[in-house]
Amino acid sequence: MGPNITTFVMFGFVQTSIMAVEFDKGVVVGADSRTTTGAYIANRVTDKLTKVTDKIYCCRSGSAADTQAIADIVSYHLDFYENETGEPPRVEMAANVFRELCYNYRDSLTAGIIVAGWDKRKGGQVYTVPIGGMCVRQSISIGGSGSTYVYGFVDANYKVGMKKEECLSFVTNTLALAMSRDGSSGGVVRLGCITEAGVDRHVITGGDLPRFYEG
Amino acid sequence: MSSIGTGYDLSASQFSPDGRVFQVEYAQKAVENSGTIIGLRGKDGVVLAVEKLVTSKLYEPGANTRIFNIDRHVGMAVSGLISDARQIVETAKIEASNYRAQYGTAIPLKYLNDRVSMYMHAYTLYSAVRPFGCSVIAGSYEVDTPVMYMIDPSGVSYGYYGCAVGKAKQAAKTEIEKLKLQDLSCRELVKEAARIIYVVHDELKDKQFELELSWVGAVTDGLHERVPADVYQEAEKFAKAAMADDSDSDTEDM
Amino acid sequence: MCTFSRAPITTGTSVLGIKFDGGVAIAADILGSYGSLARFRDCPRIIKVNKNIILGAGGDYADYQYLKDIIEQKIIDDECQDDGFHLKPKSLHCWLTRVLYNRRSKFDPFWTNFIVGGIQDGETFLGTVDKLGTAYEDMHIATGYGAYIALPLMRDALEKNPDLDMRQAQELLVKCLEVLYYRDARSFPKVSLI
Repeated sequence: MGPNITTFVMFGFVQTSIMAVEFDKGVVVGADSRTTTGAYIANRVTDKLTKVTDKIYCCRSGSAADTQAIADIVSYHLDFYENETGEPPRVEMAANVFRELCYNYRDSLTAGIIVAGWDKRKGGQVYTVPIGGMCVRQSISIGGSGSTYVYGFVDANYKVGMKKEECLSFVTNTLALAMSRDGSSGGVVRLGCITEAGVDRHVITGGDLPRFYEG
Repeated sequence: MSSIGTGYDLSASQFSPDGRVFQVEYAQKAVENSGTIIGLRGKDGVVLAVEKLVTSKLYEPGANTRIFNIDRHVGMAVSGLISDARQIVETAKIEASNYRAQYGTAIPLKYLNDRVSMYMHAYTLYSAVRPFGCSVIAGSYEVDTPVMYMIDPSGVSYGYYGCAVGKAKQAAKTEIEKLKLQDLSCRELVKEAARIIYVVHDELKDKQFELELSWVGAVTDGLHERVPADVYQEAEKFAKAAMADDSDSDTEDM
Repeated sequence: MCTFSRAPITTGTSVLGIKFDGGVAIAADILGSYGSLARFRDCPRIIKVNKNIILGAGGDYADYQYLKDIIEQKIIDDECQDDGFHLKPKSLHCWLTRVLYNRRSKFDPFWTNFIVGGIQDGETFLGTVDKLGTAYEDMHIATGYGAYIALPLMRDALEKNPDLDMRQAQELLVKCLEVLYYRDARSFPKVSLI
């Protein structure tokens, strides 16, 4: 943030590793599970993958309180839309509602959100709404404090046109690397795969996480 | 209208004993006195056509048009009281703009139609307001599918393949029913629409009229716009030729 | 509490604009920087506003998107009017000066700078507005590091050949962006140009 603004939100500040990847029939979302207050792990099994509608999820990073509140509000708007029109909201629309909130209240929010989901019109989509309240579609997005350590890995290993299984293991590897280098990320890897059929959730616990060089 | 003057027709907020709301029916009458408008939904788009009656030779040509753009992809043709219709158009524009601001995408016509119908219906419920003396036809082209709705003063709306309102709606509907709408392209529909407007126009009662034509579909890349001058002229020529043929065959029959 | 406004988060760097014989061209790279991180590599920030206006933006990308949405709705309203009149580059440029100046007067500026280009009444137009609402017109305009690095190059080129055609103008802009890429740490080798 700006030089003159002190960050006073320390409690429940989600220092995170989150990511989302598009593939031909949907998206894969993933996150670590650590919430810290200072150096103490307040919650080691946090779920940072939050449902917005049946086929749209968001990955939350930033202030836990802010992002939960935003996700609740967006979820309310989109549920209302679905009831009003009888049609499921599109991912694009969800991203725009997130963007609108994050932009209008940018001075008082600390929220970096990845919106991912599936709709009939454009299939699997990933939108990034970082702090500041812009919105951009990406075929792969990473976010949170842990992401800074793995940009290189992602750029080196991401391939256009990966299949679902490849995406799942790519996300797992990336998050495992981020979690091992970022003290504020850790715990388990939570995964979600959203397709036309719905959402598949998986958890990869500590022992099953891929291991890399640890010297 | 045997119930006229029985006191139940003074307010939109009161039913008559036989369950009617006269103010709404009077509003529908206002529409029936107006020039005919038609909407045709073909295989690759929607065509709107208006018989705009010109009540004085002193008016400038092109004044008080009855086809409007609501958003890039939505067009609206109106019949009835033009000033009432303009308020509906304004409401629809605001609705489309709000949707864009909220969701960042173009408004689906289904949703727009719901909102505008609700708005028109609200004006049939209160004693302090009168219903809108207009009907509107809205057309658009969304994800390669043409869509068209018509709303009447009561706030009721339906989706249509082809529809007509105004003076000669019966004659126009008969003509429309002869067409195989789902097989026709926009270019063909424009000609048919022009022809129908010319055929149903009553030269004896209303001398002058201007034909208005607009389309939205694959030809316009999903944008609603007035048909270009050359297409317009071609359609008008086609319509006039069809009229001439018609009167020829009439004489032969005799 | 009185604080200075927030700082920009996701930013775009220099924008360049130039008049040529019969038109204007605007160019910028498509990187959205996140601090020093080259985070968003597909953030185009040059748009065609309508038939006779083009617009390029630098600075905070969220502010740019916000203003872009407003401008796009203005254009839709304009087209719906269906009266044959369209927004002109001078009008948009003037409107932007008012909007940006207004916000800086609330000590909460839009952290953006714009270059507006277009054709009005048969004449080319090229103008700029910065986040304070400072505005001017010129034959060639560059914002950010471009003002230090690209502008001298453009002046030099124009001095040698005052009547650039479209192709030469585009080549010049690309050349300038290339030089900027050598010296601007927030620049990127992919560009968009209108």
